[in-house]
Amino acid sequence: MFARLFENVSRRTLVLLGVLLVGMFGAPLVASDYLLTVLILILYFAYIGQAWNIMMGFAGQLSLGHALYVGLGAYTAAALYVHFGIGPWLGLLVAVPVAALAGAFIGFLAFRFKVGGVYFAILTIAVAEFARVGFDHLSWTKGSSGLFLPVAQYTHNDLWLLRGQPVMFYYVLLVATVLAFVFCRALLKSRIGYFWLAIREDETAARSAGIDTFRYKMIAVVISASMTSFAGVIYAFYYNNLFPEQVFHISRSIEIILGPIVGGVGTLFGPIIGAFLLTGMSETLIAALAALGVDLPGAKQVFYGICLLLVIMALPDGVWPWLSRRIGLTEREK
Amino acid sequence: MTFDVYLNVAVGGLLTGLVYGLMALGLSVIFGVVRVVNFAHGEMMTIAMYIAITLFQALHLDPLVMLVPVAAVLFCLGYALQAGIINPFITRPEHSQFLLLVAIAIIIINVLLILFGPDAQSVQTSYSYDSFQVGKLIVDATKLYAAGAALAVAVALYAFFRFTAIGTAIRACADNYTGALVVGLDVKHLYALTFGLGAACVGAAGVMLVLIVDVTPSLGPAYTLLAFVIVITGGLGSMPGALIGGVLIGVTEAMAGLIFTPSAKSMFAFGILVLVLLFRPQGIMGKKAA
Repeated sequence: MFARLFENVSRRTLVLLGVLLVGMFGAPLVASDYLLTVLILILYFAYIGQAWNIMMGFAGQLSLGHALYVGLGAYTAAALYVHFGIGPWLGLLVAVPVAALAGAFIGFLAFRFKVGGVYFAILTIAVAEFARVGFDHLSWTKGSSGLFLPVAQYTHNDLWLLRGQPVMFYYVLLVATVLAFVFCRALLKSRIGYFWLAIREDETAARSAGIDTFRYKMIAVVISASMTSFAGVIYAFYYNNLFPEQVFHISRSIEIILGPIVGGVGTLFGPIIGAFLLTGMSETLIAALAALGVDLPGAKQVFYGICLLLVIMALPDGVWPWLSRRIGLTEREK
Repeated sequence: MTFDVYLNVAVGGLLTGLVYGLMALGLSVIFGVVRVVNFAHGEMMTIAMYIAITLFQALHLDPLVMLVPVAAVLFCLGYALQAGIINPFITRPEHSQFLLLVAIAIIIINVLLILFGPDAQSVQTSYSYDSFQVGKLIVDATKLYAAGAALAVAVALYAFFRFTAIGTAIRACADNYTGALVVGLDVKHLYALTFGLGAACVGAAGVMLVLIVDVTPSLGPAYTLLAFVIVITGGLGSMPGALIGGVLIGVTEAMAGLIFTPSAKSMFAFGILVLVLLFRPQGIMGKKAA
């Protein structure tokens, strides 16, 4: 099992991975507070992008509503903490099943009735929007006025209750991202991974080859939803406030999937590179516009949109497939 | 509350729904032919809305007079967009097209934000507060005009597809892409025409909606979603389906706003969508999927 993870991995890839890993683990030692928050954001998107990629990149099911799973995870854990004082790690035991159930619900509806492609994507948006409006009116989580976690000045980091300074969240997310990466690699090398790729490429052919497509698509949704909900829990305890309008909003779902698409759908490095590129680009634009003295609301997003447009026009498969050819890595997860 | 109140609200929802239907019709036409999901649909509508508002403020033109010119502008915009940017993407995977249109949507929203600011704007016409009374039924004049215009545009579009040579050619492209290429149709041009027509529909709908709603740059995504809900409810590729879906959603939202709370009304629209996907995935008027 473990040896298979390293099958067909070139030495160059390993060295690069090692350097990246050491760099990321050492980063908080040198990074300023501001840079650290940017890195946290990058890891957050890299992690969720990886989770989303399981559904889209591996199994070929386009979800445009992943904010649903983030929101369910965040709200479940936060509400348990606020109402019953249950910590986030125990909260995960509830939050993950809740999100997994939501994913299974969507998957069941869609795959039972052969709802695929664009219809599936719209269904995922619809359920997320349904949840957004629903949570707006749910008094247990304080509705649209927002759910707040108690905060204080933290002198030490309490990992068990996730109360502490940004650097703790950085390491939690870093470990999660690394684990997600390894997990996805293992999935791709397993039977399930091959079944998924078969379904992605040609579902009818996969079914005629004897693959239970319903079952494996369900597995993809449930795994992806569960992984995503963990990021939601972290989100809740990092930001300490939750508003349905923000957490479940369609623009959150879009944010989540831009990274892996720009980085390269279906690749393991795509979500990571995409997160670095997009978050980096966004922060650079803010800095550049501030330096130029441009103070127009919307100016940043216009440039952001133009950059997205150029990337997708120039590199339809994403950045990573192109980059990996450029730096001569043999590893090509396709 | 008496029956009259319900009836009045339902009729208001029906009229608004027809305008929604026209907006959705544009999306349906584009998807039905070009097979690209226009994720910038609502955003394109806000462009039309701001053109209408600007012209109204500068020249005091009645929005109903501006209907055709604004639709023409949107047609050109749609044509250029398809011919210049989207055509190379028609053979690419869905997520790639999605990203492209999301990028376009982001640009549109924020350019409008820079140009017009975040504040809501509206149009007050001489007939803004007029109404017609039929028995106990009171109908807003603006909604009635808007719905009438929406129906007229929809009928014109239907006639175009049904009875003109270009309309027939576009339907041929939708039915069989390769076949259309083989018989020598200029598919890319026809696609651009179709996208233009879809944009013109949503443009016309936008001009009429300025009579009914306040306009902000961030209005786009909500209407994009609404158009999706309507099109899928009514049946993708079915022109009457889009209008029927629009009316259904319009009435449902109005009634939900009355019976429950206005802020929860979109929940019912999405609820209907889920039900339709469950029990009739091809939509109310859609043909049975193969």
